[in-house]
Amino acid sequence: MSILVNGNTRLVVQGITGHEGHFHAQAMLDYGTNIVAGVTPGKGGEWVLGGKVPVFDSVHTAVEMTGANTSVIFVPARAAADSILEAADAGIELIVCITEGVPVKEMLTVKHMLTRQNAILLGPNTPGIISPPDTRVGIIPGEITFAGNVGVVSRSGTLTYEVMHALMMAGIGTSSCVGVGGDPIIGANFVDILSYFEGDSATETVVLIGEIGGRDEERAAEYIAEAMTKPVVGFIAGLAAPEETRMGHAGAIVEGGVGSARDKVAALEAAGVRIARTPEEIPGLVRGR
Amino acid sequence: MRLHEYQSKEIFSEHNIPIPQGRLAATPEEARLVADELHGPVVLKAQVLVGGRGRAGGISLVNSSDDAEEEASRILGARIKGIPVGRLLVEEAINIQQELYLGMTVDRERGETLVIASAEGGVNIEQVAQASPEKIARLGVNPLLGLREFQARNLAAEIELPRSLWRAFMTLALNLYKAYQDLDATLAEINPLVITSEGRLVALDGKIIIDDNALFRHPAFFDKRDTSAEAPEVAEARKFGLSYIKMDGDIGCMVNGAGLAMATMDIIQFKGGKAANFLDIGGGASAEKVTAAMRILLADPQVKAVLVNIFGGITRCDEVAHGIRIAREEIETQVPFVIRLAGTNAVEGARILADANLETAHTLSEAAEIAIALAERETA
Repeated sequence: MSILVNGNTRLVVQGITGHEGHFHAQAMLDYGTNIVAGVTPGKGGEWVLGGKVPVFDSVHTAVEMTGANTSVIFVPARAAADSILEAADAGIELIVCITEGVPVKEMLTVKHMLTRQNAILLGPNTPGIISPPDTRVGIIPGEITFAGNVGVVSRSGTLTYEVMHALMMAGIGTSSCVGVGGDPIIGANFVDILSYFEGDSATETVVLIGEIGGRDEERAAEYIAEAMTKPVVGFIAGLAAPEETRMGHAGAIVEGGVGSARDKVAALEAAGVRIARTPEEIPGLVRGR
Repeated sequence: MRLHEYQSKEIFSEHNIPIPQGRLAATPEEARLVADELHGPVVLKAQVLVGGRGRAGGISLVNSSDDAEEEASRILGARIKGIPVGRLLVEEAINIQQELYLGMTVDRERGETLVIASAEGGVNIEQVAQASPEKIARLGVNPLLGLREFQARNLAAEIELPRSLWRAFMTLALNLYKAYQDLDATLAEINPLVITSEGRLVALDGKIIIDDNALFRHPAFFDKRDTSAEAPEVAEARKFGLSYIKMDGDIGCMVNGAGLAMATMDIIQFKGGKAANFLDIGGGASAEKVTAAMRILLADPQVKAVLVNIFGGITRCDEVAHGIRIAREEIETQVPFVIRLAGTNAVEGARILADANLETAHTLSEAAEIAIALAERETA
């Protein structure tokens, strides 16, 4: 059917009375997402989105009153880490942090805390997740995909839209499209999402969209070689990009020589992933299985 | 944001990490004064934000105040890797017995801070790490516990420091971790950390990078970025919230989103062309921001054609089209454009562009092919 979000999703929007939060909450609602609550501290008791959605002062109250199980975060960067921790503490199972620019130091603490809780985090700096035809959590446009059997996972935002659009134009729909986020420290990674797709009966093929930096794609390649039975099509952005500026000697020592687009393509190809050279080649490779 | 050596050392000093005595000098006369105060040999160090200063002639050891003034005059008049030298750090010369390395940074894969130490510090530390990884001690830090004494002591033992220095090393490492935390740094590095001939530990050189996303908490550095080591267009782009990197091709690119911007450069290369730059206008870009981006793009004389690729999500294609039209009216240029809009309000955007007689493409491949043809025609 899909991964992570679906008809059972009961969504709470953190920062629902802010400009971004309000705008995107309306768009999610229009798509059919089951938004059960909003949270803005100090505005508990109000109703928003045409009187359809109640606002609470805390995620704890929202969960208690509405049974929310998923949250999406649209708060300013300096409050985002706290919002993630609040959601996890309230027992939210899936936390999607759209906010970008969260300080790394806070994210290290968040990441550490999440190992002690059951919550899955997408982001920060993610466009979110969409499971067509009726559930989207975040800002991925609803018009560029329809329900189908291809799972998409990506570190990018607009590049993901480009790929989803190309799939749609070729008549290929998606089970779920997931952004893991573009920041250095994120929650769920490629391997986590690939494992969900592997276990999802509605997903037949997975498209993985990576880019230079880090070694998440290399880890994904190891996982695909060892544990994936479903075919994977890949695209890596950054073959023509300048070398990433390394962070002092320490950065060079930690990251070593890895992280280039060429390395990632080679690792994925060795794991049996078919690599598209342009986003437009992806539908053909998906069909070619 | 990368700090200068002198700024990093001020922070070290505030955190009780021993540094050489010294002061900044902006003129040869000031350098002489500092040398006078310090009595004896001094080291002059150009404060520029580039690597390999020493090899490029930016560091000089002198024995007298006269020599200090003369050398200061030379370095202050020079360019280090193209960067003018505005200030020198004038410091007492230290007698070095051994050069160590101590640094900490974010290990994104493990999701924690990694502390790194080596008994073979100095300019060749990266080669040491590659050739003899066993000479590099590494240690992950629990963000809630911070760096603990036993961990720092174990590091000292692992790099085979003499026992007499363990306590000093441990204190210094804990202080550096505190500075790293206090400053919201993503890198704090002492290289070399020297053992002096008197058996003391001194931070001879230092580098700190503050997380740009946490700069709002550090008013002392906010808005104080030294952009002299950057191309002017990069600093200009940052002012507008744009991310710009100059490349050596002839097709100027303007794209929303870093991943899509890279994919656009890739497809230009794949089709046989070469991008002149990476330019990400981010999400929800206004017409004003688009105009600023166009100005920066077109200021590059190498640009023979411009490819705009926008996939609207939060960004509205009509807003971008509006910005492009304004830019075309305001900026005098003969450079041809090709524009590809998709997603939110793409139809309205296309109408605005058609009214302004601007060429559009439907797909990214088509846009890349047109841009390459346009650039070739301009060059011919």
